[in-house]
Amino acid sequence: MPTEQMTEPQEQATPPVSRRPDPPTTRIETRQADKQPVGRAEPIFEVKEVGVSYNGNPAVRNITLDIGRNRITALIGPSGCGKSTLIRCFNRMNDLITAATVDGSILYHGQDLYGTGVDPVEVRKLIGMVFQKPNPFPKSIYDNVAFGPRVIGMQGDMGAIVERALTRAALWDDVKDRLKENAYQLSGGQQQRLCIARCLAVEPDVILMDEPCSALDPIATAKIEDLMLELKNRYSIVIVTHNMQQAARVSDMTAVLMPEVREGDVTIGHIVEYAETDKIFTNPDNKRTEEYVTGRVG
Amino acid sequence: MTPARIGSVAPAERLRGAAFKGLLMFSLLIGFATLVVLLITVASDGLGHLSWDFVTSFPSSLPSRAGIQSPLVGTIYLMVLVALITIPIGVGAALYLEEYADRRRWFNRAIELNIQNLAAVPSIVYGILGLAFLVRGPIGLGRVLLAGALTLSLLVLPIVIIAAREAIRSVPPSIREGALALGATRWQMIWRQVLPASVPGIATGSILALSRAIGETAPLILIGAIVFVPFNPSGLTDQFTALPIQIFNWTSRPQAEFKLLAAAAILVLMALLLTMNAFAIWLRNKYQRRW
Repeated sequence: MPTEQMTEPQEQATPPVSRRPDPPTTRIETRQADKQPVGRAEPIFEVKEVGVSYNGNPAVRNITLDIGRNRITALIGPSGCGKSTLIRCFNRMNDLITAATVDGSILYHGQDLYGTGVDPVEVRKLIGMVFQKPNPFPKSIYDNVAFGPRVIGMQGDMGAIVERALTRAALWDDVKDRLKENAYQLSGGQQQRLCIARCLAVEPDVILMDEPCSALDPIATAKIEDLMLELKNRYSIVIVTHNMQQAARVSDMTAVLMPEVREGDVTIGHIVEYAETDKIFTNPDNKRTEEYVTGRVG
Repeated sequence: MTPARIGSVAPAERLRGAAFKGLLMFSLLIGFATLVVLLITVASDGLGHLSWDFVTSFPSSLPSRAGIQSPLVGTIYLMVLVALITIPIGVGAALYLEEYADRRRWFNRAIELNIQNLAAVPSIVYGILGLAFLVRGPIGLGRVLLAGALTLSLLVLPIVIIAAREAIRSVPPSIREGALALGATRWQMIWRQVLPASVPGIATGSILALSRAIGETAPLILIGAIVFVPFNPSGLTDQFTALPIQIFNWTSRPQAEFKLLAAAAILVLMALLLTMNAFAIWLRNKYQRRW
C-alpha cells in the first residue's frame, strides 16, 4: 500500500471533528489516529477540503475523505446534510447548476477532476451515475442501454454490448425477449436495474448511486443490493442512502454527514465520522453518529 | 339529550345555488349557441353549392362556373411554406431559450418577454410589416406567394416558439441528467433525447399555430394577395390567392349567388381547419406521456 494510505484516517477525520464545538473531539481524534488505515484499498477518489455553495451559500464544506477502489462507500446522514450535493461532485453534475460552485479538489486516480483542462463530459464517461428515481429514456429497452455506447462512440457489436450490460445488471433474463419494448413498460425495480445497465454499458470505472432504492419496494431493493455486491468486484461504488440498514448491508465504508446549523436556517453539511461500516454501526466514535445510527436523531 | 336531526338546506339557499348554476350554463350557452347558429347558417347556404366541381374549378366572374381551386391550392402552398419556415426556426429559438439561455442575463429575459408580446400583436401589424419590408422596401419581393408565406410565418413564429418551449420544458430534467451522466455532450443530449421526446408536443403546437395562420385574412389583403386569380401559383414568386381572401372577395360582391359560394368556401376552410385541429388532438393523445 502507498504511504499516503497511512495518513488517510487523520486527513479524513480531523477537519470536521476540529470544527465541532462539543467535548468528544479529543477522544475521537486519538482513536481515529491510531486505528488501522481504513479501507485497505487503493483510493479511487481523494477528496480534499471540498465545499459546495449555491449562490454563495455553503451547502457542504470541509469534506475530506478517500474512497477505495472496488469498495462500496456509503454516504449517510439526515436530510439536508448535503449527501446528494457531495455525490454530485464526483461526476461534476453540480456543473449543471449554474448557481453551484465547488472548491477544494477531488483527485481521481491522482488527477484533479476540477483541474483545468478536465472536461466534465469526459469525467462522466468514467464515472457513471444512477439516480434516485428511475429515469429511463422514453425509448426501447435496447435503445436505453445503447444510448451511452453510441454517444461516446464505443466500437464493437452493439447487440453484444447491450446484452453484456443487461446481464451484469441482472436484467437480461427479464428483458431478453422484449428488447424493443418501451422501457416504461418495466416495473420500477426493473427500470432502476435498466438505469444501472445503461450506466454499465459505457464501461465506467465508478458508479455513483444517489438513493437508488428510495422509490422501490423491499423486494426490488433487495435485488439492487445483491447487484451492488456483485458489481463491486468490477467497479467502485459510492452510494447515498437514507436507509441505514441498506448502508449497513451493502457498504464497506460509511461516511456520516451531519448538518451543522448556522445562523438562521442555513445548514452546512460536514462529515462527522468516516470508517468501516461495521465500526460505524457497532462502535462509532462520534456521539452524533451513534445517535443517528441507533435512530435517536435524524 | 336527543341528537340534532340532520335536515335539508334552507329553500332560499337551495334556490340561490340553482340560480348560480343556471347562470353559468347560460354563459356557456351563449358562446356555444352562437357557434351553432353560425355553422347552421353557413351550412344551409353553402352545402347546396358544395361539389367536386366547386373545389376543382377556378374562380370566375360567373357564379355558376366559379370554384375555389386556386385559393385552395394557394392556402395549401402557404401552409406548407409557413410550416417549413416556422418549425425549424421556432424549434431552434425554443431550444436556445430552454436549454442554453442563461436567465440571469437581461437580454435573454428581454427576448422571452418580447416573444410573448409578439404573439399578441394584431395580425394587421404583421401585414404592414410584410408590406413595408417584404413586398416593397429593402427586400421587395412583390405581391407574391413567398411574401405571403413569410408574412404569415412572422405572425405565427412566436406561437410556434411558445408551443415548442412548452413541449421542451415538459421533458423532465431527469432525462437530461440521465443522458449527461452517461457522458453525452449537451448537444447529444438535446438532439437524441430532449428533441425526440418533445416532438409530439412541438407537432401539436405547430399545427395549432398553422391553423391560426390558415384563417388569417387581414395581413394577406394588406400585402396584396390578388383577389381574382384564375390559376394556381407556379412558384414562390408567382401571384397567389388564398381561401380567406376568396371568401372576403365573394362576400363583398353585390350578387347574392357569390354570397352562397362564399358560404361553401367557408365550409371548405372549416373542414381544413377542423381536420388539422383533430390531427393535432389525435397526435397529442397518442403520444401523451406520463413521466
